[in-house]
Amino acid sequence: MSDAIIWVIMIPLLGSLISLTWSRYASFIAITSNMLALAASIIIVRQVYQSGPFIHQLGSWQTGLGISLRADALSSILLVMSMSVISAATFYASTYFTDAVKRARFWPLWLMLVVALNALLLSGDLFNLYVTLELLGLSAIALTALSDNRAALQAAIRYLSIGLLGSLVFLAGVALVYTGYGTLDLATLSNVVQASPLSQVAFGLMTAGLLIKSALFPLHFWLPSAHASAPAPVSAALSALVVKVAVYILLRLWIDVFDPVLTPFSAMLLGMLGAIAVIWGSWQALQAQRLKLMAAYSTVAQIGYLFIFLPLIVALPDGPLKDAAYTALLLMALTHGFAKSAFFLSAGVIQQYCGHDRIAELGGTARALPLTIFVIALSGVALIGLPPSGSFLGKWHLISSSLHAGQWWWVPVIAAGSILATAYVFRILGHAFAPGEGVDQVLKWGREEIPALILALLATLILGFGSAGLWDFVSQHNGFPGG
Amino acid sequence: MISEQLLYSLAGIGLFAIGLRATLLHHMLLPRLLALNVCGAGVFLIFIAIAYAGVENMADPVPQALVLTGIVVAVSATAMALALGRRLEALKDE
Repeated sequence: MSDAIIWVIMIPLLGSLISLTWSRYASFIAITSNMLALAASIIIVRQVYQSGPFIHQLGSWQTGLGISLRADALSSILLVMSMSVISAATFYASTYFTDAVKRARFWPLWLMLVVALNALLLSGDLFNLYVTLELLGLSAIALTALSDNRAALQAAIRYLSIGLLGSLVFLAGVALVYTGYGTLDLATLSNVVQASPLSQVAFGLMTAGLLIKSALFPLHFWLPSAHASAPAPVSAALSALVVKVAVYILLRLWIDVFDPVLTPFSAMLLGMLGAIAVIWGSWQALQAQRLKLMAAYSTVAQIGYLFIFLPLIVALPDGPLKDAAYTALLLMALTHGFAKSAFFLSAGVIQQYCGHDRIAELGGTARALPLTIFVIALSGVALIGLPPSGSFLGKWHLISSSLHAGQWWWVPVIAAGSILATAYVFRILGHAFAPGEGVDQVLKWGREEIPALILALLATLILGFGSAGLWDFVSQHNGFPGG
Repeated sequence: MISEQLLYSLAGIGLFAIGLRATLLHHMLLPRLLALNVCGAGVFLIFIAIAYAGVENMADPVPQALVLTGIVVAVSATAMALALGRRLEALKDE
């Protein structure tokens, strides 16, 4: 019954190895294995929906010795989101790379990134989280360096050294957890963790490592250059997924495992940093001269919103209000994942069509590439948080939870962030609809534009109208059995 | 007299701190990589100290297995950073 949880990791892994040796058919192998993995992720969500969270012990080893894979509402929904984004980006990437050598290098790394993402979301213990974080980091950095120009290589080296530092700090925290409790299994830990100096230091170290990985202000400095200089399908995965899974681990540790250790003050501190990230990231996005750099700074801001939820979830009493805030966080993360990947794929289309992505010189693109500019506008709707997008509901609940928790000071931050987001989205649209030279006046309509359109529609329409079931699903099926 | 376990743990924490400080101070690739490896060695030493259970008893195998994986990861990350650095130098010369 729980075979799908193995296949969702095994299929991309096999695909990666086969595409390495059989590079002529690599695109076909990648598309097939990602579609199969997407199907497996949907089976996992169905299983969680029907019979609740479940655990699979690989090789039937007992807990603590072998590798255990777990799925609950949070991880399975993020898994489906990540596989949908990956599948769309895979279709886009099959038309993106024209150079045969680059294409042959891209597919094995890309599938390895998928393996790392899926294994991370399903990991049930701290050490596997560390290993999958490293696997994710290494494949993401190798993919960034595929652009093979100076800016991309410098960004990749910076990303690598800061990422390595983050994981070592995380690993030091893991070592302390093992000293204190003799286990690394998340479900077991959530029963035994108590507030003590040791668990506070361990928790602090793990949080610090993950904050680097999730690029919370002021540790975001490595993100814009890396996300802006990577090839477009890679940027989509980096911004939509790679940063977000670090937030996922953080959320897991904060809410499920280390809740006796954390104090309202530390949650408030992260919320404050998140608020600064919202304002600073949006402001930098407004100043950015290039489309992809703008999208990267917008990611810094959108990650900030997720951190504003933390002090609210900690402050609210257990019950429907807390569950609502928790689900709204998930909805914001999902919407941003779909919208930002759609945005980056469209930016890639524009970059290949115009030969550049300078915002001031986008004139005429709305006439030449109407579908792509429509996708940018749609994902802009989701980034701003206008109805009917999922982030409209997310922000609505964010504001109502801050009023319920008596923390009104987040409301002006959310308002300012949304106004700045409106400004940077309309700045692009303004330039795109302006008359311009240098762009062909022939209407173009290509299959490389379709994946981005599907992602943007998911973010704005499906999540906006269809997310009502998410609230019940998360409040009933979250957490691990025994956790 | 302090126990061997505590001694090695403190040495590990010391190495970790030295490596961390140097990583944050250096901006050149090579010194930074060396510092990161010192930092990693500190973390691995902490794990080894945790595993130690006296001369007569067998050491706890779990932390040792973790260190092995950690070393593999550190070596591959270092190798990749060096490869990226070489490629960057080659691009600068062109």
